[in-house]
Amino acid sequence: MAEPLPVPDRRFDVVVVGAGPAGSAAALSVARSGLSVCLLERGPFPGSKNLYGGVVYAGVLDGLVPRWREEAPLERMVTRRATMVLTDTQSLSIDFRSTAWGEEPYNGATALRPRFDAWFAAKAEEAGAVLVPSTTATALLRSHSAAVSGVTTDRPGGDLSAGVVIACDGVNSLLAKEAGCAPVADPAHYSLGVKEVLAFSPEEIEKRFALPPGEGADFEVLGGTGGVAGGGFVYTNSDTVSVGLVLSLPSLTESKRRPEELLERFKAHPAIAPFVAGGELLEYGAHLIPEGGLAMMPKLATDGMVVAGDAAGMCLAAGIWLEGVNFAIASGEAAGEAAVEALARGDVSETALRLAYASRLEAGFVLADHRRLRAAPGLVLSERLQHHYPQIVCNLAEQLLTVTNPLPKQGFVRLTRNELRRSGVRWRDVVRDAWATVRTFG
Amino acid sequence: MSSWTQSELPALAFEDRMATAEFRVAPEAHIVVDGDGCRGCSTKACITACPAGLFVPTSDGGILFSYEQCFECGTCYLVCNEGGAITWRYPEGGAGVVYRRS
Repeated sequence: MAEPLPVPDRRFDVVVVGAGPAGSAAALSVARSGLSVCLLERGPFPGSKNLYGGVVYAGVLDGLVPRWREEAPLERMVTRRATMVLTDTQSLSIDFRSTAWGEEPYNGATALRPRFDAWFAAKAEEAGAVLVPSTTATALLRSHSAAVSGVTTDRPGGDLSAGVVIACDGVNSLLAKEAGCAPVADPAHYSLGVKEVLAFSPEEIEKRFALPPGEGADFEVLGGTGGVAGGGFVYTNSDTVSVGLVLSLPSLTESKRRPEELLERFKAHPAIAPFVAGGELLEYGAHLIPEGGLAMMPKLATDGMVVAGDAAGMCLAAGIWLEGVNFAIASGEAAGEAAVEALARGDVSETALRLAYASRLEAGFVLADHRRLRAAPGLVLSERLQHHYPQIVCNLAEQLLTVTNPLPKQGFVRLTRNELRRSGVRWRDVVRDAWATVRTFG
Repeated sequence: MSSWTQSELPALAFEDRMATAEFRVAPEAHIVVDGDGCRGCSTKACITACPAGLFVPTSDGGILFSYEQCFECGTCYLVCNEGGAITWRYPEGGAGVVYRRS
């Protein structure tokens, strides 16, 4: 980018790096307090680099943007959620619908990130934040005492000084690494998401997913990933259907399978194909997901800098709960408030920032959910849950529902015993996993 | 029903799949791959794991990398078995992948 930064003053109270939901929430809360804040975005517009699993649980926005339900560019309010378990030849679903989710205050909504993130960043701009797109933060600036004091950008003369830097630069956060906040990344804590966006008319979507006009569906899928640890998803936008896979990196690597081949295979499964077949591919994309939970969370603050959103590993991938944007918004808001408090006290040391930030995260759901579900990633990606249990429950369902006349029906316990024997899974493993599930989710 | 693994759908050519995403190509590569380091690599996991298929094996056991259609996801450096063989950063501001429907 050959042009200099389009900002007359290169000094801000706060510089936020990354205009995703975390960054925009941080910039919005700083701007509302009256301090100066610059919101850097390396993409040509906010949201242009972002890709996710489709559903925003934006009740967390009530405080920052009370009228978000009318204002935000949402696709469909989700009133149907299903969890599907697939084997090569079978599928078993828990399919939940609620009319309450179609009415205020709603639950989740599908949204396209290039639109949602751009809208949210514009809210920060309205409040006084200076949004600077098409600008990559390339390094941290340090004061004589080695505290973070701003960022260098790839614009000519593009150094920006800041009282506090808030790193919301995403799952690969180069700034958290440079600051020494993030340890060497462990591939086991990351999953690759690959996604296709397919074109359909709104009426065709409502027919295929059996939805009232304007309402949406979100399906999460266990199995169907060709033996690679992870899962799949299908969800509805206004005039597109998104279908994708989430693939644990070590397992994907070991399988030597190509991500798009696994996705094609998933789309062809008889339980998935009816929802996606025949749709024209409008956009294919990929993004990493920080799935390690609490185990991968970096140091949340250092002198002059705090870390929020995916950069801080604040993303929940715990089976029935797949959430990220809400954690990004809540952590970004907390980071912004912490920066304001620290600047007001004239102390932006690691201790001051960490205390101000952590107390806010502790007061809400961000750290509580991560702590409660810290065992979930290991459980969800375990061999038994990924491979054996889908086969066992589908076989059980098939045997219970297959009429075997003239043979008499068999009892559930006997069928279960036979299935466990066939799969090689021991009762004590089932009990142990059940107990772990209760402890994790209970 | 067992035939689903051998999909009968017309396979979408990989180039056509990649052509659906917009890439604003920067003049300079944001990822640099040390081909010499790759020659000794026993896994070459990047070849299969990169969702954009940007890592191609060469006949002499090395890797040919092109950056133009990169999703900037980070998979390659995380699965790399040869510490430091991949130097990874973001493209310059405004360049790289631009999602519009995701």
